[in-house]
Amino acid sequence: MASTITEIPVTLSKDEILRYSRHLIMPEVGMEGQQKLKAARVLCIGAGGLGSPLALYLAAAGVGTLGIVDFDVVDYTNLQRQIIHSTADVGRKKLDSAADKLKGINPFLNLRTFDTRLSSDNALQLFRDFDIVADGTDNFPTRYLVNDACVLTGKPNVYGSIFRFEGQASVFATKDGPCYRCLYPEPPPPGLVPSCAEGGVLGILPGLVGVMQATEAIKLILGIGEPLVGRLLLIDALGMKFRELKLRKNPDCPVCGTHPTITKLIDYNEFCGIRGEEKPVANGVPEIQVEELKRRLDAKDDVFVLDVREPHEYQICNIGGHLIPLNDLPKRVSELDSSREIVVHCKMGGRSAKAVAFLQQAGFKKVHNLAGGINAWAERVDPTVPKY
Amino acid sequence: MSKIHIPTPLRQYVGKQATVEVSAATVAEAMDALVAKHPDVRRHLYTDEGKLRAFVNLYVNDEDIRYLQKEATAVSEGDSISIVPSIAGGAAGTGDCETADLKPATTMRRCTCCPA
Repeated sequence: MASTITEIPVTLSKDEILRYSRHLIMPEVGMEGQQKLKAARVLCIGAGGLGSPLALYLAAAGVGTLGIVDFDVVDYTNLQRQIIHSTADVGRKKLDSAADKLKGINPFLNLRTFDTRLSSDNALQLFRDFDIVADGTDNFPTRYLVNDACVLTGKPNVYGSIFRFEGQASVFATKDGPCYRCLYPEPPPPGLVPSCAEGGVLGILPGLVGVMQATEAIKLILGIGEPLVGRLLLIDALGMKFRELKLRKNPDCPVCGTHPTITKLIDYNEFCGIRGEEKPVANGVPEIQVEELKRRLDAKDDVFVLDVREPHEYQICNIGGHLIPLNDLPKRVSELDSSREIVVHCKMGGRSAKAVAFLQQAGFKKVHNLAGGINAWAERVDPTVPKY
Repeated sequence: MSKIHIPTPLRQYVGKQATVEVSAATVAEAMDALVAKHPDVRRHLYTDEGKLRAFVNLYVNDEDIRYLQKEATAVSEGDSISIVPSIAGGAAGTGDCETADLKPATTMRRCTCCPA
């Protein structure tokens, strides 16, 4: 496989030669390979779970120019897997935190940070300055945006994705290889989207998959080995099983096929069925604020608190509500007294809004959704309740 | 018998098994057998109209059935079928499910990831 990098004459200093010694003594890398790494420009989309190991290893390996696009701030829930950030970084911009670590690992790194949300307006411009794009994003609109922008600019897309115990890795959008749309022409509709705070992810999994992405990026730069072009690697961390499926370039692919219909970037939120004006909770479901619930409970009003989370979440924290997981609600609805006033809560208010809508359809008249869920309760009413 | 590989997010709907053995001559028969054994998994794989969801791919051994005979693809003894849904995770959790649309039509419909 030919290297994807335009050869730029670069030389290594004495310090760099020492630093990369374990690469230089391998004939597959050698001086020529290390110079290719130094000349290479890789753009990481996201400095999160996948982006952490990816950026750390690429910087350590001697990739000369590393770009990172991120707009987020480090929070406590990131630390379980986003190993580029440390506890002291909570509250800082992920870009600043990542820059400190990367520069610490390799002062020769030319780091370019882009404090922005990747969008249809900036993606093409950003991608043009890089040789390889590594997709470490966490949502479908950005996945399709990265893919299309890679196809349109002719940049390979080193892809990794994770969920709970499951990972996927591949290399998309090489000259003759398939793209992400060849694999999945359409995203899941919102509401069925497997990407969410409540879904969870095993902390080491992005490490595993991010390192695979780094490996593929380095192989592409060096032009060695068999990159994951036309292959989808499936990782099952529970069984520790790795399987490989064939990916074919779809001749009818709307973006990389023989007669493409997508020739410029589109509105990816719209494509993924996400309409900005549709805010959660509201949607006609009656709500109650956490302060109001507290006042009414303190006043010994007859309010029945229904918790529709899962038992393992109830173990993390609860406010003494009656537990019926959302999915069990239809078959356990008889446990509820429709004459009483019911306040339904979950973690953040999404599932409980569905429960309220369901109960209304089932004839319940006095039922309210607790806005913001138990997390809002923890934040605004009782700080001894842990947030998660 | 053929083996159907179940991705981890869907295992909770098939009695926590990693694979389900079915006796079938085609992919369609195998999937019918799976759904008959484990009705809870149906809505995660099929639309209300009974069509395989667009973000769920099926493979026989390592081949995508879209490039074989789709759901009519033959399966023989010892073949494995893989269900491969698209996943998007990577950076911070976004809480997409919490903000997902809550129109009555989709009430109570759950995503393939969320506990509920």
